Amino acid sequence: MDGLRKIVDQLKPTFSKGGKLAKLESTFEAFETFLFVPNKTTHVGSHVRDYMDLKRTMVIVVLAMIPALLFGMYNVGLQHSISIGETWSIMDSFLFGLIKVLPIIVVSYVTGLGIEFAFAQVRHHEVNEGFLVSGMLIPLIVPVDVPLWMVALATAFAVIIGKEVFGGTGMNIVNPALTARAFLFFAYPAQMSGDKIWVEGLSQGEGIVDGYSGATALAEAAAGNMQNLPSVAEMFFGTIIGSIGETSTFAILIGALILLYTGVGNWKIMLSFVVGGFLMGTLLNVFATDTNPYMSLPAYQHLFLGGFAFGAVFMITDPVTAAQTERGKWIYGFLGGFIAILVRVVNPAYPEGVMLAILLVNVFAPLIDYYVVKGHVKRRMKRFAVKA
Amino acid sequence: MSEVVKIKKGLDIKMVGKAEHTLQVSKSSDLFAIKPTDFHNLTPKLLVRVDDEVKVGTALFQDKYRPEIKFTSPVSGKVVAVNRGERRRILEVVIESDGKHDVLEFKKGSAATLSADEIKENLLGMGLWPFIKQRPYGIIANPETKPKAIFISGFDSAPLAPDYAFILKDQLSSFQTGIDLLAKMSGAPVHVSLPAGQDSPLKQVKNAKLHTFAGPHPAGNVGIQIHHIAPINKGETAWTVGPQEVAMIGRSLENGHLIAEKIVALAGSEVIKPQYYKTTLGASIKEIVAANIKDGNVRYISGNVLTGTKISKSNFLGFYDSLLSVIPEGDYYELFGWALPGFGKFSTSRTFFSWLTPNKEYRLDTNYHGGERAFVMSGEYNKVVPMEVMPVQLLKAILAEDIDAMEQLGIYEVIEEDFALCEFVCTSKIDSQEIIRNGLNLMIKELS
Repeated sequence: MDGLRKIVDQLKPTFSKGGKLAKLESTFEAFETFLFVPNKTTHVGSHVRDYMDLKRTMVIVVLAMIPALLFGMYNVGLQHSISIGETWSIMDSFLFGLIKVLPIIVVSYVTGLGIEFAFAQVRHHEVNEGFLVSGMLIPLIVPVDVPLWMVALATAFAVIIGKEVFGGTGMNIVNPALTARAFLFFAYPAQMSGDKIWVEGLSQGEGIVDGYSGATALAEAAAGNMQNLPSVAEMFFGTIIGSIGETSTFAILIGALILLYTGVGNWKIMLSFVVGGFLMGTLLNVFATDTNPYMSLPAYQHLFLGGFAFGAVFMITDPVTAAQTERGKWIYGFLGGFIAILVRVVNPAYPEGVMLAILLVNVFAPLIDYYVVKGHVKRRMKRFAVKA
Repeated sequence: MSEVVKIKKGLDIKMVGKAEHTLQVSKSSDLFAIKPTDFHNLTPKLLVRVDDEVKVGTALFQDKYRPEIKFTSPVSGKVVAVNRGERRRILEVVIESDGKHDVLEFKKGSAATLSADEIKENLLGMGLWPFIKQRPYGIIANPETKPKAIFISGFDSAPLAPDYAFILKDQLSSFQTGIDLLAKMSGAPVHVSLPAGQDSPLKQVKNAKLHTFAGPHPAGNVGIQIHHIAPINKGETAWTVGPQEVAMIGRSLENGHLIAEKIVALAGSEVIKPQYYKTTLGASIKEIVAANIKDGNVRYISGNVLTGTKISKSNFLGFYDSLLSVIPEGDYYELFGWALPGFGKFSTSRTFFSWLTPNKEYRLDTNYHGGERAFVMSGEYNKVVPMEVMPVQLLKAILAEDIDAMEQLGIYEVIEEDFALCEFVCTSKIDSQEIIRNGLNLMIKELS
């Protein structure tokens, strides 16, 4: 450790003000603080501080995504093997998925962090840790067959337009990872929707078993082919077709436990999102007609399908874009879940409503907070009236 | 006894080195100082020069805009230095004691014999007035205004806090005299808050309304207590006085001259024998800390670790402080510190495995444990501010300098110490106390 510290200390002057590479100061600092918690001591205010920092927070979130990621890799291989009519071992499936998914992760991180570093440098800020999470979220919510250049472009769009133009992590209005996903969805509708992109190799179509469709459960349901839906166990454990990391509700729940236990994820938002979704599902059940069999899909199954679970645990809970007030969090989460299922079932143009619903409530979060704060001020004033 | 107010939000930071209940009479220090920097929003006007002889109670400087408020010498002797900082701001007026205790006499008496005006005159003259602070703003009270009430917190819940039950054990009659004097002078009700579950000697206090508070820090903060007893609305003023200072007021007026003795706790993980010391207001800490501090790079804090002032080991006790904390400096690098399991790292979040040992006392240092960031996490502050106040929204209103929003969100009810825990728990390492003080200063400027 001392040796490493010595090397860093020797390099430091080169990257500091006046040094040859002073232009890369933020970059150097990012790497230095990655290796070492800095020696900075308190100078104003409280002399002691909690050990918690943003790096720790972000690392916990990434950790919570690992189960979904690992399962996603396995599932990529599994779905591919099914599409070509073979039976692979778990290890073979996983390795196949690893090789397919790893490049997407690398592209996402390299593009995003590159831009983050550049912005930090220009602004003379420290590099913010926010993208550690976004960079992992993006690969998990794209279909496996997505071309890498699209991932790069979408990531760049999300980081620049979704985040940096607002001032960086903490200032953004909408969730950057979802911005990337929405960019892909709207910029490349031909490549990004349909039944061909969800399973590796399907778009090339070589060696595919005759009659294999590759449609996601949501697409089947939207088309009214309720008999083609996977079993509830398959939905829950995630051996179904879908975006890389969002199929397994089970793996996502492990992540949820990590987030909730450590207190990094907000339980109010998660719970109210699920309640909102469930309630909408139930409402649709009540008003179900024969012409739209999708409406009678049992409400609880909605929670296992598509990106709902992933959205509930990793997307809607992003503290920056969520409502900030405690009461606001209940409203915000509930609206998110409620609208997600509504869009999913009722709007035929979008087979999945979670992404759009979350982006929509992201935009509404400040308004929700505004009214919650207004109510709070009213309560404060009342308190004086009573006690005075 | 009134009912117990239960404070649910907050945080007790358990630290190594709480002062033991033994009282040491400190070797009398030679140097004493009154520091204008201890008082917010004060423009001092110097009244003495270097080499002037002073008595106990001789005015050293006064408030330039309220000249009746004087700051007096706690000992008799000679002014040896007026230390100045940037732009010639006066940092401290240093007096060398001659050990004679020559005093400046005032009219002596009790609440029964002195009139309200005479009490006020005495407090102002002896330099005891600055002990009376006002809410809003946490500045020295204006002698012209009549407060709606006087609040005294009879305990301190901060980390390593001194135990006032121990400090005041032998000063009860002075404390009672102080209460009587304050009540008579102000004509306002006096509220004294006591800790639940402790047999505080202050329970016998008369002529005051007693309240009991239970729960974690900041239950002992007088601002939190006011909030729960009778919140301050716009246009209202309340006064606050520290418990030991009440006793000092009582004792001084009874005797007709300033008696600036006080008991101070020396605490912290770097103290060899943490205990209480009998010393004098503004004393140099040199004698107290001599040979009682462990080796290593340490920080001396006049006050508690959340709100105190960093001082050097030859500097002086703060005007309002009854605690001297000594903790290790945190100027070290830690390899992958943010990634390690963190068994010994105290945190309110359960991202560190220290949640396995909730009752452990920690040796906390002054490292930031991370870099400053924009607000990211939400809801952290709410858990440690037991008030009907939205902390983040108030801070943001201050940063935006939105006076109306600050008023609505409760700027009149808070001072920086109420936000100290926000600062402690903040993931983004935002210096909330500084923001609050800037907000208070802005309010003073805008509304005067």
